Formats: sequence, structure tokens, C-alpha cells
Amino acid sequence: MMVTSTFPVLPQTSIQRATQEPNWVRWLLIALAFAFLTLFLFIPLISVFYEAFKKGADVYLAAITDPDALSAIKLTLTVAAIAVPLNLVFGVAAAWAIAKFEFRGKNLLITLIDLPFSVSPVVSGLIYVLVFGLQGWFGSWLAEHDMKIIFAVPGIVLATVFVTVPFIARELIPLMQAQGTEEEEAAVVLGASGWQTFYKVTLPNIKWGLLYGAILCNARAMGEFGAVSVVSGHIRGSTNTMPLHVEILYNEYNFAAAFAVASLLALLALITLVLKTLIEIHNKKNLKERGEK
Amino acid sequence: MSIEVLNLSRKFGNFTALQDVNLQVNAGELLALLGPSGSGKTTLLRVIAGLETVDNGQVLFHGEDATDQHVRERQVGFVFQHYALFRNMTIFENVAFGLRVRPKEFRPSDKEIQSRVIKLLQLVQLDWLAHRYPHQLSGGQRQRIALARALAVEPRVLLLDEPFGALDAKVRKELRSWLRRLHDEMHITSIFVTHDQEEALEVADRVVVMNEGKIEQIGTPDEVYEHPASPFVYEFLGNVNSFHGRLYHGRLWIDDLEIKTHRHLANDEETAAIAYIRPHEIEVLKADDDETGIAAKVSQVTALGPIVRLEVTRSNDREKTPVRVEISKEQFRELQLVKNDAVFIKPKRINLFSPSKEKIHISDFVI
Repeated sequence: MMVTSTFPVLPQTSIQRATQEPNWVRWLLIALAFAFLTLFLFIPLISVFYEAFKKGADVYLAAITDPDALSAIKLTLTVAAIAVPLNLVFGVAAAWAIAKFEFRGKNLLITLIDLPFSVSPVVSGLIYVLVFGLQGWFGSWLAEHDMKIIFAVPGIVLATVFVTVPFIARELIPLMQAQGTEEEEAAVVLGASGWQTFYKVTLPNIKWGLLYGAILCNARAMGEFGAVSVVSGHIRGSTNTMPLHVEILYNEYNFAAAFAVASLLALLALITLVLKTLIEIHNKKNLKERGEK
Repeated sequence: MSIEVLNLSRKFGNFTALQDVNLQVNAGELLALLGPSGSGKTTLLRVIAGLETVDNGQVLFHGEDATDQHVRERQVGFVFQHYALFRNMTIFENVAFGLRVRPKEFRPSDKEIQSRVIKLLQLVQLDWLAHRYPHQLSGGQRQRIALARALAVEPRVLLLDEPFGALDAKVRKELRSWLRRLHDEMHITSIFVTHDQEEALEVADRVVVMNEGKIEQIGTPDEVYEHPASPFVYEFLGNVNSFHGRLYHGRLWIDDLEIKTHRHLANDEETAAIAYIRPHEIEVLKADDDETGIAAKVSQVTALGPIVRLEVTRSNDREKTPVRVEISKEQFRELQLVKNDAVFIKPKRINLFSPSKEKIHISDFVI
């Protein structure tokens, strides 16, 4: 007996998944998203570069090679160079502790790590002024010993570190939790020391997540305004970071110069985005190779 | 190397994982820790490995106290359920890891490492995969690599945590007979954890049945299967029919069914008892010539493979509790049974447990 299928073979295109919306809904949603992005992101971004070059490349170059601007760039890079490594160490340590061990107060630690996200940056800055400022708790002691934290570079570094604490730890905790402790246990059973286990097993497994976190941390460290503004004192050529320098130039109606320095920050953001995307692509490829979801 | 576990206890919060466990593992034997999940078998294995701390008790390796010894110094090989291969290393580097992390003065030369790793990979028949990464291997291959990696450091003991738990049925069967052969060649003291009774009975020299943090019975596969020491072991190992009855003056009453045991039972008071009968220890007859069978009706027939499974209900049983019976295909053909046939069943052997957990073995009885 012949059995023939009674179901006609439909062309592939006419098959619609149950969860798929009609075409016009999809296009509407995409258009809405694009309109929003254009209005709030692309136009401002383009205008930064437009304003920066409005008076010509000479003015642009002059603005970013101005001694005060150079000093601001240098300070920003220095602060980032201190804050990012510090948070790398802290982030890995915190994520390691949270993901691989059970202890009392674990939830409290997670909440504390998130604190800088939930507190306004201005408040973060004020905390340090209250603690280390002249009228603060340690103010008189610091003054006696001729140490300056507020309105000086150390204060800016402290404020930046505080604001950027969550980035690396937050990135690593879910990753390390998902990976579990079995590989580390296997390493220790095979005779590896704690340090060997870390750099031969744990570190290679988290390196991409770590890099991702570091990039985000770096972007924030360079771009931080609120907290740094409170502790900096705005001393030109000394305690001005790039975002603060932009503000001063702007307040002085020196728009072209302000936008020129701002364009550098915007450029940094773009580079960060590209790096972030590259890492994401790499991660996705890795996962696909491993057949994981 | 022999292992001794003395009065071991471990609690996780309110949960008692191990309760005063004592165990002696002989040198060179292959021991199975068998029990349902939550019975403490994995905790016991991890305590022996040194991956878990204890609240009380001791672990002795070769008569020496190893309780406070660090995992690193215990020289155990541990195989994890989910393999735990190092995902960023090739198969070769995975196996070489244990040798490479040794302090310089004990570390073999690169050449020696090379030859030892290749030898181990040949032992597990996967030397052709040396330069692949773990994610490129199948589950069965990964587990064999995990075993090779554990053996690379020449452990004194091999501990395997549900080694075949994550594999499909066919690969599982292949790997377990392979493990048995490997053990016969190497004679390394090995303990493996499993919840699969078939696996434990088939592979191990001795089986430790665990339940709720305690050891229920230790014995050879034959001993624990044929002579279970407790109702738990009876119900956990293989299929079994259980009958709740009363024991009085040497007679067992199950509903209105009376079984004379011919044995003098010290207990003259009426007590509750559970009778266990294995499905294959029940005879099925079409006619009851000597009037020693129990009248029953066939309620279900499953003829699959060499063994035919029947469910019958006793005619006098108002609740119609199905009794499981297993007979061979030949017998089944002779009897020509179909559903709703009237038959007589005759248990060949009954094991009785009274509430005091005292075991009474009855093979001589009259119905």
C-alpha cells in the first residue's frame, strides 16, 4: 500500500513562527528604535565633532595642544592607569570570593559592590571631602602631616576608584558562578598550588570577561565627572581632568576648544565600543565552538 | 593502599550528610558507594579525597591519619561527574597538568612528561585526540581523558564521582566494563559513587549501600542482592514485591492468607512484619495440584526481551494490589498466558522483616 503525505509542501518563506509578529509591527518597532537613537545619540555625537571642527583644524589642534588641555589629558590617563589596575585586582578577588566560596555576609558584599551604581557620583565625591577634607574627620591630621588628598590628585584617584568598583566584579561574578569550582578542584587534587590553579586554570577561563570589564571600567574612569568635580578643586593645569576641562572651557564661552577636547572623549567612547563589540564577537564564536548556549 | 574511615560525621547546616560512618576499604579492591541522591555517598567520597572537611571522625590512608592532610598531599586521583577537564588546554596538556605543576625538584623532564602522557592516552585508547580541546570530544571520550588525567600523577587511590552518570545508556555500559578491565590490570584501590544499582552490582568487588547518611549494608554484589540486610536495601536493589502482614506464633498473615513458616520464631507476641518477594522468585502455575499455590488473575503482560513481566492480582485481595512476577520466555510460551487468565502463584523464597529490623529468612513454608 502506498502512503502519500496529504500535507502540501509549503515554500520556506510562508512558514511563520508562532512567536513572530506581523511585518508592519516589526518595522514599526525597528523604526522607533532608530528614531530614538538618532535623536538622542547620533545627532549629539555628530554635533560634537561638527562644533569641534567648525572653526577649522588649526583651532582644533591649538585647543588640544594647549598646556592646560595637555595637563588634563595627562591627569586623566594617570588616573585611569591607577584606577583600572586597582579595580582589576579588587574585582577578581571579590568575584573569586563570591563565586567560589560560601561565607556569611556574601549578600552584603554583593550589595556593597553595587553601591557606587546606586549612589549619585556627587555624593561619592562628597564622602571623600567629608572624610579627608580640611573640615573632615582626618582633615587636621592630614594637614599636620602636610598631606593633601582633597583638591589634589590622590582625591581624584580615590573618587574614580570608588565610582568604577562595580564594573569588573559585576562582569566576573556571573561568569565565575556559571563555571563552578570543579576545574579548580580538579587542579588542586592534581597537586597544583593556589597560585598555579589561579593562573593556569581560573585566569584563562575568565580572561575575556576580565578584558570586557576592564574596558568598561576604563571608559568610566576617563569620563567620570560628578565625583571628580567635587574633590578636584578645578585647579587649571594641576587637578583638572578632561571632563572638567571641557566644562571650564564651555563656561568661558570657548565653544570650539570645549568641543575639541570633548571630541577626544567621544573618540575614546567610540574606540571602547569597537573593542567591546570585538570581544563580544569573539565570545560568541567561542561559545558556538563549544556547543554551548 | 587500604583506606579506613572511622566515625565520620558531617553536617551541612541542618542537613546531616554523614552520620557516624565506618568503612574499611581493602587494598586493590574496587568498591561502589551506592545510594539514592542525598544519601551522603558523594560527601563520603569527597571527604576521602580531602575536598570536604569533616565535623567528626578520621580518614586513615594505609593506617596513617590523613584527616588533616591537604588534598594536594593526599595523592588521590579524582574523576568528576562532569569531567571537569580544563577547557583552555588541549587533551595532552590536560593529562600533563598534574606532572607540570609539581615543584621543580620532583618534576619530570619535558621528554619524560611527553612519553608518560602518550602512554596514558594509549591506555585510554585516545592518543589520536592529543591536540584537540575538551569541547571537541564526546562525553565518553571526555570521561576517559578525565581518568587518564587522574592516573597521570600515579595516585595511591582512585576516586570516581558518578563517573558514568552523564553518559547515555550504551556508552555507559561500554565504559563500565572497560573500567572493570582497567582495574583488573592496574589493581589500584578504587572507590566509585553511583546511584545506579545495576552499575554497582556489575562492576564492583564490594558494594556499600548508603541511605540518609548511614551505611545500610556492605557486601559483595551477590550478598547485598541475595541477602539484603534491611528493608531499605531490599527496596533499593532490584524490583521487589512487599506485603505488609502480621506475624503470630510462627505464622505470617497477609490479609487472610496464612503462611506457616515451620520455624520457631522466638517472638510469640503478634507483631507487624513486611514480607519481601523478588519477582523472579515467584512460580506461576496454571493448575494447583498439591493445593499450595495462591489463586490469582493475570492483569498485565509485558513480553520484552528474554524475560516476561507479569502483573497478577490475588483473588482474595480486595485492594487488587498488583504483584510483579518475572518468568522466562520459555515458561511464558508453555503457559500460554493472556490477560485475565486465572493462575496460581507460588513464592519460592520469602524474606521477612519485623519492625525491630530483625531479619527472618524463610525458604521452608506452607501456604
